[in-house]
Amino acid sequence: MADTQSSFARSDAYLSALIREVRSVPTASATVTMGRRTFFKLAGAGAAGLVLGFHLGGAAFAADGANVDTVDSKDQAMNAFIRIAPDNTITIYSKCPEIGQGIKTSFGVIIADELDADWNHVVMEQADINPKVYGSQGAGGSTSIPHAWDQLRQAGAGAKVMLIAAAAGQWAVDSSQITARDSILTHAASGRSATYGSLAAAAAKMPVPDPRDLKLKTRTEYRLIGKRYRGVDDPKVVSGQQLFGIDVQLPGMVYATYTKCPAAGGKVKSFNVDEIKAQRGVLDAFAVDGTGMMVEVMPGVAIIARDTWSAFQAKNKLQVDWDLSKASTDSTSQFSVQASKLATSFPQKADDKVGDVDKSFANAAKTVEAYYEYPFAAHVPLEPMNTTAYWHDGVMEMWVPTQQPDRGLPLIGKVAGIAPEKVVMHQTRVGGGFGRRLVNDYACEAAAIAQKVNAPVKLQWTREDDFAHDFYRPAGYHQFKGAIDKNGRLDAWREHFITFTADGKKEASGANLTDNLRYSIKAPNLRRAKTMLPLRIPTGAWRAPGDNAQVFAAQSFMHELSLASGRDHVEFLIDAVNRDVPELAPKDKSVNFSPKRATDVIRMCAEKAGWGKTLPKRSGLGLAWCYSHAGHVAQAIELSVDTNKQIKIGRIVVVLDVGPIIDMAGSEAQAQGASTDALSTAMGLKINIENGRIQEQNYNAYPILRMPFAPMTIDAYFIQSDNPPTGMGEPAFPALAPALGNSIFAATGERVRRLPLRDLGYALAV
Amino acid sequence: MLTLTINGLSHDVDVPEDMPLLWVLRDHLNLVGTKYGCGIAQCGVCTVHVGGKPVRSCQLTIGDVGTRAVVTIEGIGSTPNGAKVQQAWMEAAVPQCGYCQAGQIMSATALLDSNPQPDDSDIDAAMAGNICRCGTYIRIRRAIKNAAAKSA
Repeated sequence: MADTQSSFARSDAYLSALIREVRSVPTASATVTMGRRTFFKLAGAGAAGLVLGFHLGGAAFAADGANVDTVDSKDQAMNAFIRIAPDNTITIYSKCPEIGQGIKTSFGVIIADELDADWNHVVMEQADINPKVYGSQGAGGSTSIPHAWDQLRQAGAGAKVMLIAAAAGQWAVDSSQITARDSILTHAASGRSATYGSLAAAAAKMPVPDPRDLKLKTRTEYRLIGKRYRGVDDPKVVSGQQLFGIDVQLPGMVYATYTKCPAAGGKVKSFNVDEIKAQRGVLDAFAVDGTGMMVEVMPGVAIIARDTWSAFQAKNKLQVDWDLSKASTDSTSQFSVQASKLATSFPQKADDKVGDVDKSFANAAKTVEAYYEYPFAAHVPLEPMNTTAYWHDGVMEMWVPTQQPDRGLPLIGKVAGIAPEKVVMHQTRVGGGFGRRLVNDYACEAAAIAQKVNAPVKLQWTREDDFAHDFYRPAGYHQFKGAIDKNGRLDAWREHFITFTADGKKEASGANLTDNLRYSIKAPNLRRAKTMLPLRIPTGAWRAPGDNAQVFAAQSFMHELSLASGRDHVEFLIDAVNRDVPELAPKDKSVNFSPKRATDVIRMCAEKAGWGKTLPKRSGLGLAWCYSHAGHVAQAIELSVDTNKQIKIGRIVVVLDVGPIIDMAGSEAQAQGASTDALSTAMGLKINIENGRIQEQNYNAYPILRMPFAPMTIDAYFIQSDNPPTGMGEPAFPALAPALGNSIFAATGERVRRLPLRDLGYALAV
Repeated sequence: MLTLTINGLSHDVDVPEDMPLLWVLRDHLNLVGTKYGCGIAQCGVCTVHVGGKPVRSCQLTIGDVGTRAVVTIEGIGSTPNGAKVQQAWMEAAVPQCGYCQAGQIMSATALLDSNPQPDDSDIDAAMAGNICRCGTYIRIRRAIKNAAAKSA
């Protein structure tokens, strides 16, 4: 391999190390048939192909034989993110999963802006999974943008420096006199100009700049960042082209279902194997022991069939004798009873302690107590869990719709008994994440099944599987007591949080009180403690983990306190967030919580919503705010409630400070979508568990909000700043539910202390 | 062997007559634009047109399709309203994850085929069977109205 032929590779440790890593990854392309290559072409060129295309050029490239048909050998790869063709088409590789958050568009905009590329001639492709090259490749916690922000800008700026150096050499002018715009370089003094495409071959031989030496644009210099974009894959989405994990079709592929115990933790004793194997279209059926880890492979029965329908039909006939000795017997109705009893006492051991709450209560002008409760929730994105896996040549090749492909590699390697480097994962578009696909259990299952099948196999979960085997948002129960001093200020906050533990030591996944709430409830006297109930059902991150429900409890109670204070809610909130309580300031310097930014979003939200205006009888305007996923957010809802508890939503206002906006249209979409999701969840979503079994089996029992009940308008406003950007997937979720409860109180005088509102008799009016 | 007419083309398929059209499209004809979401006609992601009407293809066996013409998301752009709806969807940047949008577009196109100038309640009625987990309803409504305006 002639990787020393290029000055690009020799000159720079930063990118040449990346390039070597790309090339060392086994790709299946050397062993695959033409039919499979055709799929690669459809799915987009792999990272290995693009780098080889740069390194070796036409002849040597062909001799190497890898991904020959995926790369135009005249194209020039500037680095692992950017490839430039002679016709000036620029291909940019998006390293993180597209789950609906718009990252494939935003990543392209960030790189193209620093590159000064012509956006109309940028083609976005999904990068394959190689964390050694790309760093983190996950999509969770609204962190894709903040984690990649510098890296992507450096990729764009670095490539531009190389293009300018090439032009400066050809024109014998100083590079500082060359300007870049819309994929064209210009030397004004001599009137010369050239396209990036015409310079790319020379540019690729230029020294790669040290990223630390690159001068990145300031906010006023952005040409692309902050404008409105259409989604880069929208033409494919609206015409039904192959995009998602579930769409993968390979020659000779077979189809699988996997059936686990309906009570988490049960094992297979036996099943009606002969009857299942005799079913129409069934090719094989076998039990899988699994690893016993919920996030990997739990015991179950795999059915292999000629098509999905045959597999599903056979699954309906499946009768498994389960060993339930270690299975869950969890009961949500019991949890509610236990929690309400526990709430009456306060634990001795406090997690957070500031000042003296008992003294504050004794001296308070007013005290308020309240108990809040919210249920388990399932993610149920519309694309049911699936993975296509092909075990061949000691390599596990996979197509996985996942939010965390990079973290899946070692788990899949463990399940398959191979090194993580022998797992080759292709990224597909993801039909919704919401945190469900941070866990790669279905990919691990597919790997276990694929090792027993001599063909590519697509594991397809049913919707019922998806409801029964989620990593649920945990329920939670909060007993609050607060104090207001004689000046009407928040003086004390006491909170007993009743939550869940899986291991008996720490909170279950997603069941901890979030640090965001620790920063944002700034009572000078504060005491928090928790009690943990044992839980067998697996839990996990659900859009805006923790915040998505805890903010409902905390900011609803803050409204109760403001009413007790006799002060305006907005003024009460702003006073409280600006209290100087050093013990509650973030210890971690990277946390960007800012009372000033919180104040600004609250004030602007109140102003945009018409705070203080006179409303008709049974109408109300409510507001809440949160600090979540590095975003500062306030939300307000104007609504009316009739005597039958039918809620008519008027207007929803969302004000966010998430730093600079990358894609304004996409950010508005996330603000609207997260608010709609939060409304849907607060109104109707609840998972009941009895005897360890999830009671809701499909969407008919889990009322996701539908078109007739969707708000007509959700107005999003952004306070933009030079603060580093954060992601938009989550921040607009948590404050919606308390804003809803607070506005219902404003309209009716009835306090919402339990979710979902459906259980309290409320419904959205058409 | 059954013969289906899909997007104007004739296809012979060798599958049982009780197989739902959805799985024939996806697994046997490689028309994967039509999605699987719930299998019980609750989510609408599998919506196709059969004989010009929107149906949930997870519930319609191919034995019951008969000689009626089937149009899927891959073919709807060849119809005047389908093309307008697809264009309106792109102009309004409707999709987030995009998984439900094929079904949404099929329902919206069927609405405009039967009612060229739908009002909000018409849109509510026609689109109530299609879930969007990402919550793109505001833009779906706008896109339908924009497409209808172009029809006028």
